[in-house]
Amino acid sequence: MRRVRSVWRVLLVWLLLAAGPVWHAAVDAQQPPPRPKPAEDEFVPIDQLPSGEQLPAAPLLIAAYAVAWLAVAGYLFSIWRRLDRVDRDIAEAGRRLPRT
Amino acid sequence: MQRLFLPLLILVAAMFAYAPLAIANAPFESTMLLVQKIFYFHVPSWFVMFSGAFLCAGASVVYLAKGSKNADHYAVTGAELAVVFGLMGLITGPLWARKAWGVWWEWDVKLTLALVVWLTFVAYLLLRRYGGPGSEKLAAGVGIFGAANIPFVYYSVNWWRTIHPKTTVVPTLGPGMRGTFWFCVLAFMLLMVLIIAARVRLERQRARVDELFLELED
Repeated sequence: MRRVRSVWRVLLVWLLLAAGPVWHAAVDAQQPPPRPKPAEDEFVPIDQLPSGEQLPAAPLLIAAYAVAWLAVAGYLFSIWRRLDRVDRDIAEAGRRLPRT
Repeated sequence: MQRLFLPLLILVAAMFAYAPLAIANAPFESTMLLVQKIFYFHVPSWFVMFSGAFLCAGASVVYLAKGSKNADHYAVTGAELAVVFGLMGLITGPLWARKAWGVWWEWDVKLTLALVVWLTFVAYLLLRRYGGPGSEKLAAGVGIFGAANIPFVYYSVNWWRTIHPKTTVVPTLGPGMRGTFWFCVLAFMLLMVLIIAARVRLERQRARVDELFLELED
């Protein structure tokens, strides 16, 4: 009798252990399969991206032209200032030179 | 050149004022749309950079061969043009790349070589500024080697696998884009002529100042 009871106890433990994976498998089967990420599935046209994912072109374009204009203006200004300084140096040297 | 300077300056200013209108009216490129319009300033800025580099190298060869001070003035001018307009290209390029490629910078052959050439001309100017007496000859060598890299920068897109657009883009531009592009190139080239004239005059005046102060010391 004691032997039968111990067999039943082992059988019960085995059933409990086996029930876990079976229950998980059953739950997983009821859930819909996960959606593949767009990059794995197919390419998404850029105009169909959500607005948060899109990069606006206008600020980049404006920044590029601003850089070009500022670089040209800054460089021309620096040449003009350097020319002005050197012309003043020539005038000063001319004043200091004894007249022959 | 002095008589032509003012009319040319007015013409270049008018062209640069009109350029944004011409660019705005140019047709949109089908895949890149608005951001492609950076191209109208980006490519001409590299044209001027390359021209400045070749001017520097050519004048440096003359300076090394004949010791001509005038050639040295042109060499410094060319190097400065290469640095200023190269910087413009190195900034406007990543602004386009951020949208077109999704990254600001890629260590691609074309981009890396362009950066190396630009740094070579920065080194030229630093050498001239801080190199002390005799640095002109060393700088001339740097300028020649800098310009020798230009064909590699230009043709790298055809020779190696890169993500940068190829050299076939300009010859295959659509009719509406072609006119605007060459208008911008002309504006940049005329601006370059003006800058060369002003910058060479500056170098000549500096040489004159040195002569005058030497006379004073004597």
